Amino acid sequence: MRLFLAQFRRELLIALRSGTDAASPLVFFVLATVLLGLGAGGALGLGVIWVLALFANVLAVEGVFRRDHDDGTLEQLLIHARPLFPTIVGKLCAHWMLSGVPVAMLSPGAAWMLTGATAGAGILVLTLTMGTLALTLLGAIGAALTVATGRGGLLVAILVLPFYVPVLIFGANASTAAMQGAPTAFPILALAALLAGCLTAAPFAVGKALAISQEY
Amino acid sequence: MIGLYLVGGMLIATGSIWGLGFVPPERLQGNSVRILFIHAPAAHLAEAIYVTIAIAGFVFLVWRMKMADMLIQAAAPIGLVVTVVALATGIIWGIPTWGTGWVWDARTVSTLLLAFLFFGLVALRQAIGRPERASRAIALLALVGVVNIPIIKYSVEWFTTLHQPPSIEIGKRPAIAPVFLWPLAVNVLGFYCFVAGVVIAALRARIVEREAGAQWVRDWVRAS
Amino acid sequence: MAVGDDLLVAENVRCAVGGRWLFDGLSLTLVPGGLVEVRGANGSGKSTLLRCLVGLHEPDSGTVRRNVDGLYVGHRSGICGRMTPVENLRWTVGVARAGTPTRSIEAALVRVGLGDVGDDLCDALSAGQQRRVALARLLVCPAPVWILDEPLTALDDAGRGFMCELMDQHRSSGGAAVCATHEDLPAGPGQPAAAVVRLGR
Repeated sequence: MRLFLAQFRRELLIALRSGTDAASPLVFFVLATVLLGLGAGGALGLGVIWVLALFANVLAVEGVFRRDHDDGTLEQLLIHARPLFPTIVGKLCAHWMLSGVPVAMLSPGAAWMLTGATAGAGILVLTLTMGTLALTLLGAIGAALTVATGRGGLLVAILVLPFYVPVLIFGANASTAAMQGAPTAFPILALAALLAGCLTAAPFAVGKALAISQEY
Repeated sequence: MIGLYLVGGMLIATGSIWGLGFVPPERLQGNSVRILFIHAPAAHLAEAIYVTIAIAGFVFLVWRMKMADMLIQAAAPIGLVVTVVALATGIIWGIPTWGTGWVWDARTVSTLLLAFLFFGLVALRQAIGRPERASRAIALLALVGVVNIPIIKYSVEWFTTLHQPPSIEIGKRPAIAPVFLWPLAVNVLGFYCFVAGVVIAALRARIVEREAGAQWVRDWVRAS
Repeated sequence: MAVGDDLLVAENVRCAVGGRWLFDGLSLTLVPGGLVEVRGANGSGKSTLLRCLVGLHEPDSGTVRRNVDGLYVGHRSGICGRMTPVENLRWTVGVARAGTPTRSIEAALVRVGLGDVGDDLCDALSAGQQRRVALARLLVCPAPVWILDEPLTALDDAGRGFMCELMDQHRSSGGAAVCATHEDLPAGPGQPAAAVVRLGR
């Protein structure tokens, strides 16, 4: 827990000092919403909010380890952090607080802009909050695998987007069902199960991938 | 290895000629059903190759067997090709029978996602400059992928049962008649043998490439 | 000296990069007070060997036994530019669970000659100053084994002098170090000279 907090605080501090870096995912999300509204001209389902959140997420998570790799922090982390698990979770949670949570909070606004509907806003925020954390954990695997290549970008998107599919399906379904007043218990529970799975398994994969990335 | 090619080629020839020439047209689909003899083995093989790669990935990560890595290296592009064949034949088959080349059917979608996973394996290897590091990263990615495949499949299945209009009946395939089953079985077996032959050939190329400086390679090159 | 006192033992280590052997059958033992200098041309595998010793890189064959904690200062400083030297060191202390109080961190920065920039962002520091922050880790996270990759790079004369002083102190208090270096690290009075491992063919 101490390791988690130490890492969490460090990441928030760096993100806040980096200023606009931290706000970029949210700005991208709003911008993409506007573009989609202009391009598609109404008559969109809630699913598109999820797709936008997913893209915002993959763009943000792609470089989550890049700075740490470049300045050698990853080496120090791998040598000293025992166990590695809480530091990775701490780092990714901080990242999620600044990328996923703001997007989730703003999503009812985006939904209102695109679909004109406000019903089910609570469920949308809830599922996106859970979903973006799961996405961040999954995306971090791709980010860790490519960190030493110096070029993440599209490659990370191709590597991790297939893994995003279950989260997208259950999340978008719960949101749409909530908007239509249909029962949402099953997709929300499925999403929670996915999140639990990601929380327990993904940090190990991330740790292994980071260790591989630092091999000479 | 030559034997595998031969057996595979003969089986495919037998199955295909049997399937294309001697099987009666299907009651509903007519002659278009014959693409089944290519489509089904390819789709089946695609998953088998991914599972093989994942097992090899596990072996490589745990026991550091170089052979396992080379197997992944050899099999991933072949898996991609086989998956694309399965998708392409599926689309070609779909146009006359369903009236559309693409439906949001669970198997279709998960096969397409499988193609992306194969592509990711190939792309990641090219992106990582150092071969040793690339090998381990790819083994890990293959393992992460194989854990995810059932989850992806399950979620897509749930999605399609929810969304798919019931008018198209591909969700439940009618039981296959024995007259189709036999040539199909021969072709599946043939595909397995043939692809195994191709993978082994690619694997041999990798081994020779890796051991390029070794004495036995020199002797072998001189002898042949 | 008894085998149990060895701080770090490498046996028959073999590493290859890109199908090319860097070194093979390399063995070394680090005893308290010992210093091993790793020499060799660029690309001869000095950094790779050091990374094997510290556990970042797994050798292709052979074993590395780390009996005690080690500190590593590599080419990349491990210092985040968006944090101050004090914050950076505090994070290292937190992750390594060294429990060093902030007061000692500030004292360490004074010792490496950075007393007046302890609260500036590391982005604003020069390469040599960042190197000094990285070396201050050696002071705030006490560990018996130091693994240093060209510790004198980017340091001025005062910095080099101070680094040698630090090394003397470390060795005389029972610590040991492995250094990849192109220059001699003079041994202090009464200390055994450095053992030299030469890499390359």
